[in-house]
Amino acid sequence: MAEQDNTNAIGLTRADYKGERSTLCPGCGHNTISAQILYACYEMDIHPSNIVKFSGIGCSSKSPTYFLSQSFGFNGLHGRMPSLALGAAFADTSMKVLGVSGDGDTASIGLGQFKHLIRRNLPMVYIVENNGVYGLTKGQFSATAEKGLELKYQGVNPFLPIDIAKEALIGNASFVARSFAGDPQQVRSLLKAALSHRGTSVLDIISPCVSFNNREDTLHSYQWGRQHEAPLHDIAFVPTRKSIILDEFKEGETKEVTLHDGSVVVLKKLEKDYDPTDKYQALQMLEEAERNRWLITGLIYVDPGQPALYDYMNLVEEPLNRVPAEKLRPSAEALQKINQSMG
Amino acid sequence: MIDDLGSEKAHKSPQSQKINDFCMTICTVNGSGSATANITLLRAMFHMGIPVSGKNIFPSNIKGLPTWFSIRLSDEGYLGRVAHDDIIVQMNPATFQEDINYDIPGGVIFYADHIDLPIQRDDVVVYPMPVKDLIKAADIPRNLRDYMENMVYVGVVSQMLGIGLEYINKALLQQFEQKPSVAESNFAVVKMAADWAKDNLEKKDRYWVEEREPLEGYMLADGNTAAALGAIYGGFQFCGWYPITPATSLAESLGIYAPKLRKDPETGKNNFAIVQAEDELAAIGMAVGAGWGGIRAMSSTSGPGISLMTEYMSLAYYAEVPLVLWDVQRVGPSTGLPTRTGQGDLNLTYYLGHGDTQQLVIIPSSVNECFEFGWKAFDYADEFQTPVIVLSDLDLGMNLWITKKFDYPDKPIDRGKILWEEDLEKFESDWGRYLDVDGDGIPYRTLMGNKHKKAPYFTRGTGHDEFGNYSEAPDVWLRVMDRIKLKFDNAREKLPKPVYRNIEGAKIGLIGMGSTEPAIMEAQDILNKMGITTDFMRVRALPFSQDVRKFIQAHDRNYVLELNRDGQLHQILVTEYCDLTDRLVSLSYMDGLPLTAKWIVESLSEKEEK
Ligand SMILES: Cc1ncc(C[n+]2csc(CCOP(=O)(O)OP(=O)(O)O)c2C)c(N)n1
Ligand code: SF4
Ligand SMILES: [Mg+2]
Repeated sequence: MAEQDNTNAIGLTRADYKGERSTLCPGCGHNTISAQILYACYEMDIHPSNIVKFSGIGCSSKSPTYFLSQSFGFNGLHGRMPSLALGAAFADTSMKVLGVSGDGDTASIGLGQFKHLIRRNLPMVYIVENNGVYGLTKGQFSATAEKGLELKYQGVNPFLPIDIAKEALIGNASFVARSFAGDPQQVRSLLKAALSHRGTSVLDIISPCVSFNNREDTLHSYQWGRQHEAPLHDIAFVPTRKSIILDEFKEGETKEVTLHDGSVVVLKKLEKDYDPTDKYQALQMLEEAERNRWLITGLIYVDPGQPALYDYMNLVEEPLNRVPAEKLRPSAEALQKINQSMG
Repeated sequence: MIDDLGSEKAHKSPQSQKINDFCMTICTVNGSGSATANITLLRAMFHMGIPVSGKNIFPSNIKGLPTWFSIRLSDEGYLGRVAHDDIIVQMNPATFQEDINYDIPGGVIFYADHIDLPIQRDDVVVYPMPVKDLIKAADIPRNLRDYMENMVYVGVVSQMLGIGLEYINKALLQQFEQKPSVAESNFAVVKMAADWAKDNLEKKDRYWVEEREPLEGYMLADGNTAAALGAIYGGFQFCGWYPITPATSLAESLGIYAPKLRKDPETGKNNFAIVQAEDELAAIGMAVGAGWGGIRAMSSTSGPGISLMTEYMSLAYYAEVPLVLWDVQRVGPSTGLPTRTGQGDLNLTYYLGHGDTQQLVIIPSSVNECFEFGWKAFDYADEFQTPVIVLSDLDLGMNLWITKKFDYPDKPIDRGKILWEEDLEKFESDWGRYLDVDGDGIPYRTLMGNKHKKAPYFTRGTGHDEFGNYSEAPDVWLRVMDRIKLKFDNAREKLPKPVYRNIEGAKIGLIGMGSTEPAIMEAQDILNKMGITTDFMRVRALPFSQDVRKFIQAHDRNYVLELNRDGQLHQILVTEYCDLTDRLVSLSYMDGLPLTAKWIVESLSEKEEK
């Protein structure tokens, strides 16, 4: 490797990507995801000042303070981070926008904003730390809790769950992936791919809540996740500045997906002939997985060509928040003309 | 009333004639295309130099329900609503009898003669109009016939009242700016109908429209368009909005004017963005995000939308995020009367948010002021780093008013205390996002994208200290909230001060706000003639300036006049000045229609008699 072990290509150390100490429960899946966000940004040489973080409300939504203290961030309202992030993104469209949400935050109170974010395809990474419960309010069922789940104070959940990846796909998301907090390598690879995608990248990450939902037989537990995880493919992420494929990449059939910034995600097919650019197949696969109680992880769908929100806006090049005030006020002559037209 | 609109111009006429001083209501069915005809009449009279106001009373419906358009002419410049009609133009069979009963004795009724209903009044002058026959005789495509029926009454009314057809033509050309051929075909129908009236109707009524000197410096515009233009001149950069009557035309006007006025001259690219949100929860979320990101952000809505925006407005207050929110009021509670006007959101907006939230509210009363507050609101928001709510209403926002031409902003855009890289480098003291360096309660802020090492901070709605760090400590909470209060108290004298219309020797005060101003001024004149002299103070902002207290103290009794049931402005005044409560009397009213001078005069003189 060319670069020093302890600095990346822009001369920063991992410490430069750190945040405050986490106050989440030890062992909480959200913590391992925070760590992977840190690594992914470090390894992709993204300067923290080029990242802006958003979240809703929940244990998961607290986590943006636990990574990247050198980035601006805004912890918004329950279920309404998408609108907050969208408005802010317009202030400087060159920033990488990173959002962290929970399953309650996204699939219950925030389902509307989530779907509309996707529909507009705002360039941002949207991470759902999905544990099937409301952690912060102490263990109520969330809308992603599986049917039949029994929790201590809640009884049995009678309803079928909302599948976040499926919702995203049906909502015409341009990037849909799922992973499992217990598989840090895959989380990191998918994060890197998501960070390179120009559009809304939905990452549904199963993230066990060790305090309220970690029974061995439930979908959102570590044990179950480890046993039932069915990775779609091995993923290697190749940033643009590197021209060779990583050593660890194994032999086998591959499919390359070129992302907007020119970087390439390489997917190794496993036993199934899986094409992540085929939406029909993606839907079919998710449906099948649900029937079989498989936890499908990996890049489920990507369309790098889908226009992003900014494409419709004809915006000036420089960040809007740096446009000098003089440029924001039309001339007196123009006002005179308006007055005349109304007179 | 517009004070300097010439009462000296008022023409002394024989008692029997009524010149430029009457109200005419046109009764139609909504969706029939009558709006163009009504506005044409209004504009024509304006071009004749007569102070006019037009009020559209319309249903919450797209097609088929009754709509009324009232035009008031007043040489003396009174623009408020009057509760009676001198002239009725009746095109709607469904409300035929009812409307006709509104006409005063000695009034006039024009009606479409295919409406086969009796007019059981012998105290009015009646003119039938053969609308269908005239349209049939003209060569008009079938699909345009219903619409063109409206131009028939324009022609007949113009002929009978003496509205010059050249002014009608001018108004039509203005309406169809892009399509002169359409203006031409409309005018042909007007002309034909006027000719018919000349040959077939004998003038028997006493109403005349007479030409005056042109109204220099005035124009006709609605408050929502003015608000949008104000925002454009105030440098708005982001608007998130969701459609709702009567606010919709504000954001839509932004969409019409901003692309023309706010393109970078070199690149032809926009330095703004407008996003139609999925609901008001998102519209305000977007505005908060944009305001936080450092661009001038706004949203516009009405009561139901304000309710949905509450939680984000509370966050914006506590996290100190600048943005501008227009509330074009309609009538609540609930869906209420969505197409009627009122001033019922004062309490809601002033205290919008849970806990100890308070908002800056500014209240324009005229179209011109909608423009002025439209740009100033952004400067206040940036200066005080907090949302600014602009309280308009349906009457002001959607109706056409005679108004002074818009003045170009008299000071440059002020973005407030923002630190970019080089500013931070030079900054001598400690910097914390919520640290009060200057002692005025207003901290400095950095914006995302700032590459200085000290710049980034984390914003949250949870308890935080001067550096934005999470804190639940009682002393920290107390300190931060007290500082925000200091900031608000400092805003009192910087927001628009009250304006006055005083009459020598008055012991009675009138206090009002917003679009009820014309009715209050007219009432003031009538009361004066009755021997009740009053001073009028129009408050333009909350929290109040010191001047408000002074005015109350200077008058034995202050009548607080407003368009809501519970007297909300009175409530706030009483809360703020509990030592002066015996000087404050509430006079409030709400039926969905604009306030009238008549109601003010009657209810005030009744109180005075007691
Ligand atoms: C408007 C509103 N309603 C309710 C709450 C209370 N609340 C806080 S967190 C939460 C659920 C969070 O669940 P999830 O998004 O799954 O996050 P987790 O804690 O599980 O990571 C709720 C209901 C709130 N903060 N705001
Ligand atoms: S309660 Fe659950 S979700 Fe919240 S921090 Fe603890 S383990 Fe994580
Ligand atoms: Mg959860």
